[in-house]
Amino acid sequence: MNSFPHKHLLGTERLSARDLNTVLDLGDRFGEIAKRPIKKVPTLRGKTVVNLFLEASTRTRTSFEIAAKRLSADAINISGASSSTMKGETLVDTARNIDAMSPDVVVLRHAQAGAAHLLSQRIRAAVVNGGDGAHEHPTQALLDCSTIRAHKGRIAGLVVAICGDIAHSRVARSNIFALATLGAKVRVAGPRTLLPVGLSELGVAVYDRIEPALEGADVVMMLRIQKERFGAPLFPNTREYSRYFGLNERRLALAAPDAIVMHPGPINRGVEIDPAVIEGPRAVILDQVARGVAIRMAVLYLLAGGGGESGVE
Amino acid sequence: MSPRLPPPDADLLERREILDSNGMARALRRMTYELLERTGHGDDPIYLVGVRTGGAYLAARLARLIAEQGDVAPATLGAVDITLYRDDVFHGLPKPEIGPTDLPESIDRRKVVLVDDVLFTGRTIRAAMDVLADYGRPSVEMLAVLVDRGRRELPIQPDFVGVFVQTTQTESVRVMLTERGETDRIVLRERRT
Repeated sequence: MNSFPHKHLLGTERLSARDLNTVLDLGDRFGEIAKRPIKKVPTLRGKTVVNLFLEASTRTRTSFEIAAKRLSADAINISGASSSTMKGETLVDTARNIDAMSPDVVVLRHAQAGAAHLLSQRIRAAVVNGGDGAHEHPTQALLDCSTIRAHKGRIAGLVVAICGDIAHSRVARSNIFALATLGAKVRVAGPRTLLPVGLSELGVAVYDRIEPALEGADVVMMLRIQKERFGAPLFPNTREYSRYFGLNERRLALAAPDAIVMHPGPINRGVEIDPAVIEGPRAVILDQVARGVAIRMAVLYLLAGGGGESGVE
Repeated sequence: MSPRLPPPDADLLERREILDSNGMARALRRMTYELLERTGHGDDPIYLVGVRTGGAYLAARLARLIAEQGDVAPATLGAVDITLYRDDVFHGLPKPEIGPTDLPESIDRRKVVLVDDVLFTGRTIRAAMDVLADYGRPSVEMLAVLVDRGRRELPIQPDFVGVFVQTTQTESVRVMLTERGETDRIVLRERRT
């Protein structure tokens, strides 16, 4: 029996292994729909999904929109530039107005950590965190876990190296929580200035050089430098960063012979990852994108009424 | 998956056996002959599509029985999962697992026979027909069920029936299959009052 005892998906921090596996298993099933001649099922007919994206995003917004449409839900997209927040309306007021139109799910992308949590306390619709500042991005972590499981057959016991701008990365945080819950050994690596304090308390091994983190890793996850999230430079320049922390074929050779290379996008080619690695046989970056749609279908299905324990009369 | 999960076994009393394993084997053999008589001629093989999970096991059995006939083309075998097409998907019933839909060949211009274990309200079959419509356009769609227990809620009738049983609303029919680790038999059960 699928059960998902949560009304909202705000992060992976509080999800149990059972919750995570429920989403991953469902995601595997929904992935099959993309291969059908008619890539659509009627499951969420009559449900409304609002994508409230108040921070730039192409991949995640498109992915949620396609996911909603493949389930026959009506998807409405509101982006920062076109919304009334530009006219001075607060997030809560915008959301309460949207809520008054009775959507079933609101997906929120916001530059402020905790925005999705705030919203979930103020509106009736289920809230999915589509990324809140440097806090969490749960569907990205779920699709990453789905990709890892598909390529490696398991997650427990794998060594996963997350490299780059850890400090500003919600992807890193959500992945650390999810991967640790599922029993992976997580390593993080980056320049000291991009490693937040207290990381080791999350049960991860912290490295300030990339090479030891890569050694024997089964999964290498590269992160973009999120310059938009910090003012003063935290490292001398991108050329130097690339030289010391960029993933190239020589460094990748340190990882396990069958290691996979992942990146949540957007990629800065030649900065955190060499083009040869992106195009190489180990990269599963586009597979991550494909699985993103299936995972978001699973999340929408569970939150729009498909899975909760309230499902039993 | 049937549209309603079987209720917890503890609530149900077995009233009587409708068919034992011999009776079930006979019913399936007779269905095979009828199927071949009505559809098996010509070069175009039958496409058996089982409705998960019980119907998928029965479709596989019918395919084996057809293969044993020797002089006819072997049937194509597929399966559909109707969970995402149910009309009661959010109506407060526990969620069953979603199984894969597996149609190895195109169903376009094929003679498709949907196979299910028990035909009751007809809602499962309506959902299965919706699934097929998303995959293509068979030249003809027919319906084979091992048990027809009546009490339809939709205008759907089977073309091939193993056994017909008149039932009441409080009764339920359970098809037990060796594929599920049980002994082949069909029983009529009633909710404990």
